[in-house]
Amino acid sequence: MTSPAEVPITSNDDVVRVRQVVRGLAAEVKMSLVDQTKVVTAASELARNTFVYGGGGTATVELVTNPATGRTGVKIVFTDEGPGIPDVDLALTEGWSSGSGLGLGLSGTRRLVDEFDLETEPGTGTRISVTKWTR
Amino acid sequence: MTLGAGRQQRIATLLRERREGVLDHWVAAVLNTVRGRTTQAELRGQLAELYELVVQAMGEEDGTAAGELSAALQELSRTRARQGFSPSETAVSVFGLKDAVLHEIEAGGGTGVVVYREFASFSKDIDDLGLLTFETYARTREQVIADQAEQLLELSTPVVKLWEGIVGVPLVGTLDSARTQVVMESLLQTLVDTGSEHAVIDITGVPAVDTEVAQHLLKTVVAARLMGAECVISGIRPQIAQTIVALGIEFGDIVTKATLADALAYALERSGVRVGAG
Amino acid sequence: MERVPILKIGDTLLVSIQIDLQDQTVLALQEDLAERIVQTQARGVIIDITAVEIVDSFIGRMFATIASMSRLLDAETVVVGMRPAVAITLVELGLSLGGVRTALDLERGMKLLDSGADLR
Repeated sequence: MTSPAEVPITSNDDVVRVRQVVRGLAAEVKMSLVDQTKVVTAASELARNTFVYGGGGTATVELVTNPATGRTGVKIVFTDEGPGIPDVDLALTEGWSSGSGLGLGLSGTRRLVDEFDLETEPGTGTRISVTKWTR
Repeated sequence: MTLGAGRQQRIATLLRERREGVLDHWVAAVLNTVRGRTTQAELRGQLAELYELVVQAMGEEDGTAAGELSAALQELSRTRARQGFSPSETAVSVFGLKDAVLHEIEAGGGTGVVVYREFASFSKDIDDLGLLTFETYARTREQVIADQAEQLLELSTPVVKLWEGIVGVPLVGTLDSARTQVVMESLLQTLVDTGSEHAVIDITGVPAVDTEVAQHLLKTVVAARLMGAECVISGIRPQIAQTIVALGIEFGDIVTKATLADALAYALERSGVRVGAG
Repeated sequence: MERVPILKIGDTLLVSIQIDLQDQTVLALQEDLAERIVQTQARGVIIDITAVEIVDSFIGRMFATIASMSRLLDAETVVVGMRPAVAITLVELGLSLGGVRTALDLERGMKLLDSGADLR
């Protein structure tokens, strides 16, 4: 599978496509089954957020290597040009969700990955980058 | 790195011309420390190879031989670390060359400031090589320790079948987050593989738990429930019970039993097996 | 969009999910199930997810919705065959599937429904 792979998120189907691409790369770096499932689930949550709240965007999936530990991992960056997140701290609060029962807020998703980085600007968009390392 | 960089002409000449003498001394010095674990012939072979590389490295311009020398030293050092040699025994293999050279300088009636100044410079180069072997040694040992820890992790987390439909995990020793995670995964997989609806997690042999470990245990129980199986935790020590309460961790409706036997009896009853005395 | 087939065995409806679920399929399945429960007067629903590699919050919530909905229609729901990796991930995600009954496999799920009386 090619890395980095760019997957546009413009419909519900694309959530499934993001999952498949992430799973492919996670399997390629021989991530444990549990970790694969975690990162694919996180990607699924974030892809849906990008579509539903961000009004669509892109997911960039790539293989990365940690220079300090030599471990490999999968990094996924979601970008959209939607309304942004007005209160980031609130969005990361346990159990918080802005939509009508969609998503578990971002806190649950954050627990599924090793690195979680969120940049958002009200009115211009959101960029969320997550990384899962092999154990 | 280059050796000498042309500033150690006398030493270089000495190394070339009095090869046998220096090598004899070097081998003798090293042999003293590694007695019994390697033969003299084998050791001489190893050191002679290093010796050639030192000589070449001192006479070269481009650093090819120096590169080979450090690769050879790292390899030697790795082998020694894996064979269980101590750090000083490993380092002597390199430092011994200094004594041998000094001995030859003195035996040759070497006087004069120049030759000693060169020796000081040579000695510093050898120290650098010694440090290199040391680093490699330490890295290799760390790798050995990490490998062993991993093997221990696998050994220390057996999931055993207690009865038809009931599996158990007797946990012994300190639980850390990584180990608890391994236990969790192998327990859940065993539930599927054996079609067991009951699991007993026995922590009699666990001296203490922290918040993270307690959380992992809880998560295991909840995950098993999602799969359609029930877990019982047994053997909670008084101190651990206190910790759990003090940390404010909710064990909720998770079934706990005092002993593994009680837990097994409970699981048997739940799975419809009747246990009677006689 | 693919639709998930719903099979009827006695008074039980069996849904075996074999595809990577997209959100529209999930919503369609909820609707189809509600209709079939009423139509067939089923007393139980079994959702077999043995083949499902991931359950995210959307799919997880579907199980809870189906369970509550079928309960209103007088049918009990059991989710069977959840993989360990999926269970661990759901717990980590913080999704409890409150109220959904689960069983290790299809056979045990059927048994659970048969012993039905005390399910509520």
